[in-house]
Amino acid sequence: MAAWFHSLQEMQRSASLVMKVFVQRDYSEGTVCCFQTKFPPELDNRIERNLLEETVKTLNSYYLEAEKIGGQSYLEGCLACATAYVIFFCMETRYEKVLRKITSYIQDQNEKIYAPRGLLITDPIERGMRVLEISVFEDRGSGSSSPSSCASSTVASAR
Amino acid sequence: MSAVMISRKVRKWEKLPGKNTFCCDGRVMMARQKGVFYLTLFLIIGTCALFFGFECPYLAVHLSAAIPVFAAVLFLFVMAMLLRTSFSDPGVLPRALPEEATFIEMEIEAANGNVPSGQRPPPRIRNIEINNQIVKLKYCYTCKIFRPPRASHCSICDNCVDRFDHHCPWVGNCVGKRNYRYFYLFTLSLSLLTIYIFTFDIVHVVMRSVEDGFLSALKETPGTYPFFFFVLVCFFTLWSVVGLTGFHTYLISLNQTTNEDIKGSWSGKNRVQNPYSHKNIFKNCCEVLCGPAYPRYGPRRCVLPQIFHVQKTTAPLIPNEHTPDDAKASIGVSAEQSCSPEDLPPSFIPPLASPETDAEASVAKDNSH
Repeated sequence: MAAWFHSLQEMQRSASLVMKVFVQRDYSEGTVCCFQTKFPPELDNRIERNLLEETVKTLNSYYLEAEKIGGQSYLEGCLACATAYVIFFCMETRYEKVLRKITSYIQDQNEKIYAPRGLLITDPIERGMRVLEISVFEDRGSGSSSPSSCASSTVASAR
Repeated sequence: MSAVMISRKVRKWEKLPGKNTFCCDGRVMMARQKGVFYLTLFLIIGTCALFFGFECPYLAVHLSAAIPVFAAVLFLFVMAMLLRTSFSDPGVLPRALPEEATFIEMEIEAANGNVPSGQRPPPRIRNIEINNQIVKLKYCYTCKIFRPPRASHCSICDNCVDRFDHHCPWVGNCVGKRNYRYFYLFTLSLSLLTIYIFTFDIVHVVMRSVEDGFLSALKETPGTYPFFFFVLVCFFTLWSVVGLTGFHTYLISLNQTTNEDIKGSWSGKNRVQNPYSHKNIFKNCCEVLCGPAYPRYGPRRCVLPQIFHVQKTTAPLIPNEHTPDDAKASIGVSAEQSCSPEDLPPSFIPPLASPETDAEASVAKDNSH
């Protein structure tokens, strides 16, 4: 978490936020967490379609795995009920385990694919699983910087 | 006179919008009005204390020692479920950040087109299809989001809650996606406990009447007046709690919420059917009661980007070996989980900033964006 925050800080130090693109939820299968694979037109010249589609499909599969109602969730539910849910203080639930996998997957994708293209994906859990937020940055490292952005970058580097 | 800058750790829960109260450093979340919750606690603990104090000694000796043991287990389960329902986050949806709110506004304006002046703009509704059923998503003006399906805004807590069932004053919290099963188990176990205590109250009086006659049994029963009061409490609780349990069992079997039932969302008018139901009672029950334990949306105990508090003191401004460590203003990523900079609400103002040091305060705010 701290390492991810450092790379986010680095991104925000050297680049300015242009806009945010929001990938909406796909409710056609019900209330299971699933994001639309429709490619946002704002990202047309920033990233290849198949890369974003792959990320969204992988995330959807993770959420499907987390919310699957089957043998393991029944067992977890019954065991937890028998212990008056005290066991949840001691062990991590299946959903929490999958969420950790999702967080590390998003961090990995950000480092390898999105940050080099000046994009950053925010974990959907921080937005109430409503949207997949993609921040679009303009890289000012190679271009000329305006006075206002100079001031904010000086302030940022004082941290 | 000079100013000393002191940094203070502010956790995200301290700055959350909505009318909730938090305890134990953000681990416990409840509604503001807790009076009825304390009454619930008093009634349950009071009734059980009298049962254990006055009835159990006689029953344990004359009938079975298992009676108070089972009652104790049931009592502990009821308390665990009550506290779990009351203290947990029901599934509060975080409000939209400014960028998302603006994005949604732009989408709405694009969809509505040009509205002639003087005319009211059309209601903000988004239609989606779930399992071949059209569901309307309403826009929440407080949270600035289109509410996900089954979510609703609680006016008491001032939050949008996912799979909103109802706001229960008896537990002092909303009942939603994350704590519905605990609420149901609370009502179910409380029904069992009430029936159990009521039954053994009667058994106790009957057994004593058989020994000594009814009137002398009543005279001999210790704490006769509180006994009658709590039998009365049990009797009325029985009908209301058992009735509530039955109602929620019915809702669970149909995979409906109280909110949907009251509004008649899936009443069958205009061939509208519940798109969330699996059309199988067993599957519906399994989904609600044995489904995954849903997580909280967004960290609550993460540390917000540190801000500068400015206090006028006679201490030197430049830190030296005599300046206390916490006066040396520094921003760093601490070992604890830190929120991302955009989590700082835009209207957040350092509470101790003096007028002439607003420049430092605004520098600190800029740092966070």
